[in-house]
Amino acid sequence: MITHSQAAKQFLKDQKKALWHDRALWYVRQKRDAQSKTIPEWEQLRQKASQIKAHTMQNLAHYLEMFEKNALENGITVHWAKDGDEHNKIVHQILTQNDAKKVVKSKSMLTEECGLNPYLEQRDIEVTDTDLGERIIQLRGETPSHIVLPAIHLKKEDVSDTFHTHLGSQKSNNDPHYLTQIAREHLRQKFLQADAAITGVNFAIAQSGTIVVCTNEGNADMGVSLAKVHIASMGIEKIIPRVKDLGVFTRLLARSATGQAITTYTSHFSGPRPKAQMHIVIVDNQRSSFLASEDYRQSLHCIRCGACMNTCPVYRRSGGHSYSYVIAGPIGSVLGAFRDPKEHSSLPFACTLCGSCSDVCPVKIDLDKQLYKERQDIVQKGYSVKKKRLFKVVAWVMRYPFLFDMLGKVSRFVIPKLPQSILYNSKNNWGKYRKMPTMPKESFKERYQKEKNVK
Amino acid sequence: MSNSKEWILSQIREKQKSISIPLPEYEGFGICYEDKEKAFENALIQAGANIAYTNKKRVHEVIKKHYKDAKIIVSNISDIISPTKEITKTPHDLADVDLAIVKGKFGVAENGAIWIEHDKKEQRAHYFIAQHLVIILDKNSIYHNMHQAYANITLEKGGFGTFIAGPSKTADIEQALVIGAHGPKSLLVVVL
Repeated sequence: MITHSQAAKQFLKDQKKALWHDRALWYVRQKRDAQSKTIPEWEQLRQKASQIKAHTMQNLAHYLEMFEKNALENGITVHWAKDGDEHNKIVHQILTQNDAKKVVKSKSMLTEECGLNPYLEQRDIEVTDTDLGERIIQLRGETPSHIVLPAIHLKKEDVSDTFHTHLGSQKSNNDPHYLTQIAREHLRQKFLQADAAITGVNFAIAQSGTIVVCTNEGNADMGVSLAKVHIASMGIEKIIPRVKDLGVFTRLLARSATGQAITTYTSHFSGPRPKAQMHIVIVDNQRSSFLASEDYRQSLHCIRCGACMNTCPVYRRSGGHSYSYVIAGPIGSVLGAFRDPKEHSSLPFACTLCGSCSDVCPVKIDLDKQLYKERQDIVQKGYSVKKKRLFKVVAWVMRYPFLFDMLGKVSRFVIPKLPQSILYNSKNNWGKYRKMPTMPKESFKERYQKEKNVK
Repeated sequence: MSNSKEWILSQIREKQKSISIPLPEYEGFGICYEDKEKAFENALIQAGANIAYTNKKRVHEVIKKHYKDAKIIVSNISDIISPTKEITKTPHDLADVDLAIVKGKFGVAENGAIWIEHDKKEQRAHYFIAQHLVIILDKNSIYHNMHQAYANITLEKGGFGTFIAGPSKTADIEQALVIGAHGPKSLLVVVL
C-alpha cells in the first residue's frame, strides 16, 4: 500500500509543475470567491442546500420510489444495482440487447468508482470518454486527478505529446486552441458513430422523474442526442425532491466548481428522444451504509463541485493522484476512509485540519470534522501504527509536570549545540521536510512566572 | 433486478434517520437587479456570447450580418429566416449544419442562461451539433434569478428542456479557456 505522503513525493519531484498546479487551483478558488460575492444571499443559499439534502436523506426511500414511478411514466427504464459489479452488468446487458459496440461517455465519477470502462473494454466494447480532460487522460491510460478538472495534473506540452501520438496532431504544437480543435474533430466522429451514450447524473428530481446533467462542453448532450440509447448512471444520493429545488443547486454548483455563474448546458431529461431509449441505473454501492452513521451521513450531500479540492492546501500541493481513493481531496478522503479504512488509512491524515474545505462547501458538509473523526476511527481500528509508541512516551512524560519541565530545559540547552547532521540526515524522517525553530531561552511557564511577578 | 431494488430500499429504510427537517420555500428569495436586462446582457457576455437588439423586421439582416458564411441553416421558428434544411427525424443528418436558429423561452439575469423548451416530438441534436447557434428571445422575458426561473418551468412528461448560457467551452488544457469544445463555437442572442 502506498501512503498519501509517499505518492505525493512522486508528484513533488517536478517542483515547477507542482507550483503551477498549486497556483492554478488557487486561481479557481479565487474565481469561486468572486462569484459567490455577487450573490448577497450566498450563505442562505448554502443553508437551503444543506437543508434540502438533509431532508432528502431522511426520506430517501420515499423519494427514490417517487422518482422511479415518475421516470417510468416518462418512458424511462429504471434499473437498480446493489454494487458496482451489478451496475456494470446491467450497463453491459443494455448494450448487448441493443447490439451496441461503440459507446461515448460523458463525465461520471460513479462509473469511475464502478470501473465501468475496463469492464466494457474487456467485453469488446469501445468506450470513448468525451469530456476533453477525460479523453486526454483516457488516451494516456491515467485516472482523473480532480473530479471537475480531470487533467489538471498535466501541462499543455503533455497534452500535445499525447495528441501527437494518438491523434496525429502537429508535433510540439502546444496551443490549447489548436489542441481543442483536434479533439473536437476527433470526438465528433466518435459521437456520430456511437451506438449508445452513457452519462452521469448531477440531480434527479423525484417530483418529475427527470435527470439533470450539467456540462460546459456540451458533450453529454451531443452524445445522447445522437445515439439511439442513453444510459444514465446515478448514485442513490443524487435525488432532490422538487423541480424548484433545482434553483438552489444550479446557482451553487458552477459558482463553487469553476467560478462560473452557471454551466453552459444544464439539461433536463424527462424521457427518451423519439425512437430512442433511455435507461437510468440507480446504484447503492455502499452509499446506504453512510446513512446509518451520525458522523459521516452528511458526506452523502456532496454535489461533486470540487471546491474542497481547489481550496485544500494539501491537495493543491500533492496532486490528485496522491490519493488512493477514486475521488481525491477532502471529500475523497472522507468517502474512501469510511468505505475502506484499512486501504485508505493515510488519507484523513493528508489534512492540516484548517477547515477551509468546510467553509467553501456549497452544501456545508463538515468535512474537517469528519476527517478528524476518521483519524480517531483509524487509530482505534489499529490501521495506523506508525506513531503509536512515540505517543505513548509523550503521554507518559506529560503526566509528570516535573519530568516535562526538566526535559524542556535539557532540550533547550542541548539541541542548539547539536551538529546539523544529527537533525538533518537521511535516517531522521522528521528533519527531511522540517526546520528546527530557534530555541527560546526559557519556557512559557518560566516566562509567565517571571512576568506575573513583575506586575 | 427487482430484488436489488427491494434490498436497496430496505437498507435505506433501516438506516435513514427519522427526524423531520422541512423543505425550504423560495417566494421572494434571490437577488433582484435594478436593471435586469443589463444584468442579463453582462452575464451573457461574460459567458462568451454575443447579444443583439433588434426588431422582427430587421432580425433577418442581423443574423445575416453575424453569419454571412453560414450555408446550411436550420430553424424551428418559421417566420424569421427561411431554413435551408429541415430538422429531420434523423439527428445524424444535421452533422453539416452551420447555423441553428431556435426560440428561447426566457432568460435569467443572474447568469445569462436561456431556457429552451423543446418540442418532444422533435430531435434535439441541432442545439448541440450546429457550428453556431442563434437564440431568439423576447425582451419582456427576463427573470432576475433561478428561483423565479424554476417557478415558471413546467417539465413536460417525457420531454426535454435545457438552459444554455453561452457557446460550448472548455478549460481542460492548463485552464486556458477555449470557446467551441464540441458544440456551437458561438452563440448570438437576438432580443426582440
